[in-house]
Amino acid sequence: MTEFFQSLGMSYEWAWFVATLAGILLIALPVMLAVAYIIYFDRKVIAAISLRRGPNVVGPFGLLQSFADGLKVFLQETIIPSGANKGLFLLAPIITFTVALLAWAVIPFGAEAVLANINVGLLYVLAISSLGVYGVVIAGWASNSKYPFFSAMRAAAQMISYEVSIGFVLVCVVIYAGTFNLNGIIEAQRGHGFGFVNAYGFNLLLFPMWVVFFISSLAETARAPFDLTEAESELVAGYQTEYSSMSFALFWLGEYANILLMCALNAILFWGGWLPPFEWEPLYMVPGIIWLFLKMFLTFFLFSWIWATVPRYRYDQLMRLGWKIFLPLSLLFVVMVSGWIMYTRVGL
Amino acid sequence: MQVFAFYLFAAIVIASGAFTILSRNPVHSVLWLILAFFNAAGLMVLVGAEFIAMLLVIVYVGAVAVLFLFVVMMLDIDFAELRAGFAKNLPLGVALALVFLAELVFGIGAWQAGGLDMAESGVSPGREGVSNIQAVGELLYSRYVFLFEAAGVILLVAMVGAILLTHRQRLGVRPQNVARQVSRRPEEAVRNTNPETGKGVSL
Amino acid sequence: MNAITRTLKAFTLYEFVQAHALTLKYFFKPKKTINYPYEKNPISPRFRGEHALRRYPNGEERCIACKLCEAVCPAQAITIEAEPRDDGSRRTTRYDIDMTKCIYCGFCQEACPVDAVVEGPNFEYATETREELIYDKYKLLENGDKWERAIAANLEADAPYR
Repeated sequence: MTEFFQSLGMSYEWAWFVATLAGILLIALPVMLAVAYIIYFDRKVIAAISLRRGPNVVGPFGLLQSFADGLKVFLQETIIPSGANKGLFLLAPIITFTVALLAWAVIPFGAEAVLANINVGLLYVLAISSLGVYGVVIAGWASNSKYPFFSAMRAAAQMISYEVSIGFVLVCVVIYAGTFNLNGIIEAQRGHGFGFVNAYGFNLLLFPMWVVFFISSLAETARAPFDLTEAESELVAGYQTEYSSMSFALFWLGEYANILLMCALNAILFWGGWLPPFEWEPLYMVPGIIWLFLKMFLTFFLFSWIWATVPRYRYDQLMRLGWKIFLPLSLLFVVMVSGWIMYTRVGL
Repeated sequence: MQVFAFYLFAAIVIASGAFTILSRNPVHSVLWLILAFFNAAGLMVLVGAEFIAMLLVIVYVGAVAVLFLFVVMMLDIDFAELRAGFAKNLPLGVALALVFLAELVFGIGAWQAGGLDMAESGVSPGREGVSNIQAVGELLYSRYVFLFEAAGVILLVAMVGAILLTHRQRLGVRPQNVARQVSRRPEEAVRNTNPETGKGVSL
Repeated sequence: MNAITRTLKAFTLYEFVQAHALTLKYFFKPKKTINYPYEKNPISPRFRGEHALRRYPNGEERCIACKLCEAVCPAQAITIEAEPRDDGSRRTTRYDIDMTKCIYCGFCQEACPVDAVVEGPNFEYATETREELIYDKYKLLENGDKWERAIAANLEADAPYR
């Protein structure tokens, strides 16, 4: 894209700057639109499983529901509790939202379609998800209120616990792929299964790691059944209790952008990203971005399906799952995967 | 372009460092520290050590600073007491600051005078053409593997030591055995009886 | 169930898969939602909704200002003032029901000896100001004339049980 702007007569620096800006807008705006529609889709799926219809009044089939909700939230009064630390109170949702969008810079939508093709892409994503904890903690503390504070501490502890097992699962994938670059990981999955399946997910060693990654990403984004931080009947709205209007909307948008990011990571790391499922020539007619969206969509359907099916975890059960089950399991798999790679690639 | 980025990151690091010690609220201090870490990571990316930069964010910002933040948020600060300590410790603080200043001056002087000849000790230059991570990995796991493993063992001992020192047996507390709870089945939990009138049920 | 089977079921998420198969089956079942303003659920003849003051078939208002309803109302929502009418009969000059105080218990309906005040089947009378919900005198209440057919049918259906 830089060359395109250079051809318009700009100097290299300006062309690069405008190209990057255009790239950012091309990613951020569709992500926001996707977040609006993923919220709608979520509600429809959960309703359908509960034998209800979900939103179907605003717009055809209720498609404009998210925008109506956005308008409602936008027109509300922004209430800041008098005892709250005003600067931090308003900073927290900004952090959550910004960090959720930051990670999209390295997600590849096609062979060349990635904003920042850095060779530590996966580490960058891990770093960004570590930053997501801060939005929650600062929100809870700055609200100057007991229940949001408790909820924020619980949420932060939950997020960092599951980041550990996510880290080990990522190590497994990277050992197989040989690179941290997300495009490199996708290319390494080409023809991985018997020469024509483009996915790590069907690999016997990596399929359990996909399950662990999937469940850990549910816990990382505080999504059901690990959503005790916003369990309405217990903690009102958790760390978001004191928030209203735009700050609340920013939290919601950031949360769903994070969920979309996790769906994208699921698709990229285990199911081939923008590659078609099989190495079959006609499938390549469909542009890669469509395959990525399809996989993200299916993963999100799984997310919603689980929310409608499973009851909530208790906090100590959640912590036990993260530390006592997933961590040893993923460590074991790291050892097994390393052993297998040593055996097959390096030789005994 | 790089120059602009360097000055931006460096300025923010210095400013954040200053605000870390200047802010009254300890939570604000930790947040400024996080900003400083973040921009230090940016500086490292500029140098070309992107692996270290990402590790800095993951380890420092994502784990160490979160720990700081948790502890600081649970603290109960008495500002008057804090202020009183400042005047008392001033002489020692000034002495330490002078020592640091002297070290900085010596360091810069030594750098300007030309570096030590380290070729004897066999420090290997980085390989060209491989990524940062690969270069670090090749060196770390071949020449320095013993030091690496030793560092790991030290961390393990520290973790175990921390748990051992703080773990205490709490009497009178009955924790939940989640595995037992989860493995409970209706067959063993419910028993249907049909007692006669007037006779009770023996449990 | 021994420990091995339990562990195997736990690690293969056996029960979770069973649960999800069930919910997927429900995903494809026909939905029970009704399309509210255009489709409504049936309601019982005993349903207690918007109040109305009824009349006799010859047009005479039934209410004789006995004030039994005002006395029995638990929320004291009914206010009555009575005076002899020009033709000498006992009638109200003021009969207000404050719909925002009313708890829709139906005691007034049960207390009335002449079936004058009833709770009709209407529940869709939302307003935009509180003042409109204080049903004044009996002008709006006489718009129970509007609901008379439905009210009469409900009373007839419920009569054997009263």
